[in-house]
This record gives sequence, C-alpha cells and structure tokens, in this order.
Amino acid sequence: MSIIEGQASRRVAQGDRALPDVDPLSGADIPLPPPKGDSDLRGSTPDDVEPPADALLVVRDLKKYFPIHKGFFSRHVGDVKAVDGLSFFLRKGETVGLVGESGCGKTTAGRTILRMEEATSGEVLFDGKKVFTMDRHDLRRLRRRAQYVFQDPFSSLNPRLTVGDALREVLTVHRLARGDAAQRRIGELLEIVGLSAEHGVRYPHEFSGGQRQRIGIARALAVEPDLIICDEPVSALDVSVQAQVINLLQDLQDEFHLTYLFIAHDLSVVEHISDRVAVMYLGRIVEIADRDDIYRNPLMPYTQALLSAVPVARPGHKRERIVLRGDVPSPANPPSGCPFHPRCHHPLKDADCAKIVPPLADKGGGHFAACIKVPLGSAD
Amino acid sequence: MEPILKVSDLRTYFRADAGLARAVDGVSFEVHPGETLGIVGESGSGKSVTSLSVMRLIPEPPGEIQPGSKILFRDNEGEKDLARVTEEEMRHIRGNDIAMIFQEPMTSLNPVFKVGDQIVESLRLHQGLSKKDAREKAIDMLRLVGIPIPEQRVDEYPHQLSGGMRQRVMIAIALACDPKVLIADEPTTALDVTIQAQILELLNRLQEELGMAIILITHDLGVVAETCDRVIVMYAGQVFEEGSVEDVFRDPQNPYTEGLLRSIPRLGSHSERLAVIPGVVPSATEWPTGCRFHARCPYGWEKTAQEEPPLFEIGPGRKSKCWLVEHPERREEIRRETGGFTPEGALTGTGASTPAAGAPDEGVDVQARDREV
Repeated sequence: MSIIEGQASRRVAQGDRALPDVDPLSGADIPLPPPKGDSDLRGSTPDDVEPPADALLVVRDLKKYFPIHKGFFSRHVGDVKAVDGLSFFLRKGETVGLVGESGCGKTTAGRTILRMEEATSGEVLFDGKKVFTMDRHDLRRLRRRAQYVFQDPFSSLNPRLTVGDALREVLTVHRLARGDAAQRRIGELLEIVGLSAEHGVRYPHEFSGGQRQRIGIARALAVEPDLIICDEPVSALDVSVQAQVINLLQDLQDEFHLTYLFIAHDLSVVEHISDRVAVMYLGRIVEIADRDDIYRNPLMPYTQALLSAVPVARPGHKRERIVLRGDVPSPANPPSGCPFHPRCHHPLKDADCAKIVPPLADKGGGHFAACIKVPLGSAD
Repeated sequence: MEPILKVSDLRTYFRADAGLARAVDGVSFEVHPGETLGIVGESGSGKSVTSLSVMRLIPEPPGEIQPGSKILFRDNEGEKDLARVTEEEMRHIRGNDIAMIFQEPMTSLNPVFKVGDQIVESLRLHQGLSKKDAREKAIDMLRLVGIPIPEQRVDEYPHQLSGGMRQRVMIAIALACDPKVLIADEPTTALDVTIQAQILELLNRLQEELGMAIILITHDLGVVAETCDRVIVMYAGQVFEEGSVEDVFRDPQNPYTEGLLRSIPRLGSHSERLAVIPGVVPSATEWPTGCRFHARCPYGWEKTAQEEPPLFEIGPGRKSKCWLVEHPERREEIRRETGGFTPEGALTGTGASTPAAGAPDEGVDVQARDREV
C-alpha cells in the first residue's frame, strides 16, 4: 500500500482546528503563548502533516545544490543552494502556484521534481511512487503522466521539425499511436488547443508566440498526462494574447482533470489561476496557503512586501506600499537565520531573526508561514 | 503651459525584406514640463520606435523618419525641430536636454569601464567639468539615485552590480546633465517586482526634486496607473487613445484599451474567466485596412473595415481613434447582444493578418476548441 493511500490526512483529520490550544502533533497541552514580540516557533510544518489521500504529487524536503568549484584543482568550496528544503503537495485536479522573484529557485524546483535534474536530496512521490528511485522503465511511465510546458515555446520546439512531426515524435516514443491513428490524433490535439489540423505541416517559425505556446501545450497533452508543470507559460506573450492562453489552460484543466504546478513571477496571473499558492524566497517556501488566504491575509513579511509591490491597473487605488531595501542575497551565501531578515520590515524583528531559521509553520487553518514573529493563530 | 516637446505626425518607416514596415505611422502627442506621460502598447505597437525617433537614434538606413514628421523641442532659445537638426546639434541635445534609459541596463553600460567613469564621461562631454569636479558630481549622482556607499561604488564595474543597481547607475548617467525630458523605455521590465517598486519610487522622487518631464514607455498597465499623469495607448504604429490616466482607466473609450484592461488579471479581482482580445498583433509590413484593430474588435462593422477613423477629440485632452465616437449606439447594442469582449471572444471569422504567413487567426480558434473526448 502506498504511503498516501489509506491514511487520512492529518490536516484533514484535524478538521477546522476545534482545539487550537492543543499541539496538533503530540496532542499535549501547549504552553501559554509567548508575550507579544517574542519568537514563536510553534505550529506543525508541512513535513509533520501527512499529505491528503488525493495527493497526486508529494514533495518532501527537496534540495538541489549546485557545487561551486574554485582554483586549479577545482576544489569544492561551497554550494549554490538553489532549492533548499521544499515540502508541499498537489491534490488531484488542483492548481498550485509557485511564485517568487528571479533566482528564488522556482524553476529549478520544477525541473528537479520531474527529474530533469537530479536532486541533491529529498523525496518526490508521484501517485505514491518514489520518483528519484525509478528505473528507466518507470521513468518513461512517469513522463507519460507528468509533462512540462516551458516559458519560451520557440526554443523548446525543434525548428527543423514540422509541428505535426514534433507531435508524432511524442506519440511514437511513448508508443501511443502510429500511422493513420497518429495522424488523426495530431489533428485532434491541434484542435484541442485552438489550432487547426492543417497547422501540422507548418514549422515553428511560422507561428506567433501565442500559437507556439498552444503547440507546446498540445505536445504536453499528447500523452494524456495527469500533471503538467507550467514554467512561466505566459510571461513571454503579448498582453492581449496572455488571456487566451490562460483561459485555454483553465479549459483543459476542466476537460481533462489536469493538475497544474504553475510556476510564475507574475502575482496577478498566479492569483487568477491558482487554488493554492506557495511563495518562494532563496530556495525555500516561506508561505503556502489557499489562494485567498495568501492574497487577503499574507503573514510572512516578504509576501506582504511582494504583494504590495505589484502595480495595479487601478488609478487612484492607494495602498500602503512596502518598498524593500536592498537586493535578493546570493543563494551561494544566504543570510543566517531567516534568509529574509536583512530586508525585513517587520516591527518586531530582532536578534532571533538572524539566529533562528524559521520553520514553515502552520499558523492556523493550514496557512503555513516561515516567520517566528508571526504568532500561532494569526491565520484564524 | 507650453509643451516642452511636441511630436506631430511622426512617421518612421523601415525597409525590411518583407516590405516597408511602417512601425510608427502618424503619431502626435505633447509633453508638458514636469509631467509623466505614459506610452503604453504591446510589442510591435511602435512605442519604442517613437521614443528612439525623438532621440534620433533610429539606424538610417534601414530606418527613416519620413518628411513631414515634426519633433518640436522647446528650450530657452526657442523651438527646434529634432527631425531636422544636424547630428552635431542632436549630440548636444541628447544627454543635455533629453536623456534616455533603456530596458536592459547591462547592454547600455560599457562593461570595461568603471561606472563612475561612465558618468564622468557624460559630465565632461556635456558640461565641460574638470576631472575632479566631474568625479565629485558623479558620486553625488550615485548618492541621489540611492546607491549605498557611492564613494566605493564609483570605482566598480557594471558586472559587480545587481540589476537594480545597474538601472540606478543608468538613471544617474541620464540625469547627470539635468535634462528637461527623461525618456524611460521599459525601465523596469527586466527587474523583479520588489526592485521595480524601488526604481519607480526613485523616478517619482527624482521628478519631484528635479522637475523634469518623464515619458514612460511600458507594456504594463499597472505601472502606468501608478506612475503617470497622462497616457497614450498605441496600437499598430498609431495612437488609439489619449487622456488622463484616471479617465482612460476608469472609462476607456477605445475598444482596444477596453480589451486590454479587461483581459489582464488584476490583483484582488476575482474573475473566473478573463475576457479575451481574439487574434494577434498584426505585422508592421501589412497593417490591416480601415481601422487597424477592426478584425480583433467585437464592435467592428463594414465601415471600420474600410475606412480608417481619425483620432477624434472627445473631451479636453481626451482622444479616441474609433468610429464608435460617431456611432455610440453601436457599442450599447453589441454589449447587449454579445457582451463585447467576453471570455470566449464574441466574433468568428476575423481576418487579422498575422506574422505567421497567413496562419489562421487565433481568435477564430479560441472557440473552435470543442472536442468529444
């Protein structure tokens, strides 16, 4: 029996947290909340809670370090910690948005999950099976169920293959269809994504950006996957074409019961398409919760700053803007304690922040945030 | 107040293999001292070529500012037509009177010179300062744009700075000679959202302190809404709408503006589906006849496909290039019937020319997606 099957999720079992002052892990009474301003390390982390039974993808403590070599003998002098302990899950049919600024590790996370790059450590379960220990045979089966859509559809399509041939290649490799059946399927796929069967004889350069992204999506759909990891699928597109592709992705999800991991830097697009949202900073998830909880009640100071920085096309709409000082630190040499503390504006920031690595803790109702200055219960 | 810059009927064409690309095709606008004018449009709308034309940075050939185009710049000595002045005069105007910052600061900074020297170069060239004075002014400029420890940063090379810091250096270079107009072409597009907020705040502050006019070119409607006083919306090399940011965003008169505003997801607005502008941006070598937006427009009819509308003046400082100005009843009618811009795209059989060599327009296909599973 798989790890997930048969076990009710602890989060679900906890229900609506009827007993907020009981430690969800041990069931023991927890001490009185610390006085305001003190650091609060309580709250279960995503690693403590069992993923729900309908989880399609479970990521546990995923790490991907890129070694830094220096000198004549290429001594290993350190690591770029691109992904540094990621834990989350995706339920069947939901869309989880993974947002963060450039260099936060969101793309590396996506690539590592599907083993396009080998992880340094951690575990990924796809439908209960361990991805990192799969043999070639299993891996091929995984690729039939989990696909990837890239940001730049042009560089991910072979310029010397017609679109039809590119799709045929997928069908052949996975032994899904041959000959006339393949031809029919290619036409069908192109129509699903809003092109026409006649487009199959054309080359990628003959299409506009939006059309190419539709082809990239058709290629992902060719294997009838359950999961699609979309890495910035609309950020290279014109504003007036973005909505077409976003709507297409939503339609396909409804029609084929797809699960999306939607990686993007555009917070408005992520809000629009996601059910849950994870915010990354320097290789870690610093906040993860249901979409509305993140956007209406961001707990982690970084999320607050990120959201307040988004320019909104509503003139006169005055908001309190938190302008962060300084730049994102290098993931090769992240700050001690909370990676965000040097830029943090939280009024209670103190020496603890530079010492304690904040756990991604449930601050109430499944709203996880990595900040020791946000007391347990803040999300209730 | 007299405008400081007045562009009228600007036409900049390029000779390309595919034919004559009319990238900017009859653009007129004014910039007043101390204001921020937003020029918003998608890629291929001609917004960048407009700004490069004002700076006379169009490579000629293949490009050419067509006869009849006027770029009137007013300074203490009177009015000059930048489309006519010699390269020698223009070199004096660039940097001194009109300065520009670009999207990618790394490509505009010289990687083999220290950032300080690059500011010093501009100061010595335009203002004839001594080496020592120029260096001091350079440090002052770096401090002004919010670079920490400017005495040290002045001797660093561009690659030692982060993207946000580089853009600050570019702004320092651009503002070193106290220009009257600053053209910022997608100044924050390459930056992360938290760094973008820093740079936009910096530009706002500097404008208050130094009082220059800013032309902000961007595709991001949010950036326009938060930083500009007035906006012109460009499409297919032409101005489609003009007005105060308040008016244009609250009550867009041109269908293209309306479509753009309705198709972007906005923070905090919980729409299930986004409205869609069907089709793709046409190519500059083959603009559609009539209104250049007609094939993507839910309100279009025969007249719009055949006759190009003028840029109607519809109020003080408010303009729209659309036949609906004369036929407002049509807008109501279509909205009642189909909802105008809808998630599904209300029209079929649009014939917008595409860069994809006659590939059928995407708009047609948005709804032809039904499939039996």
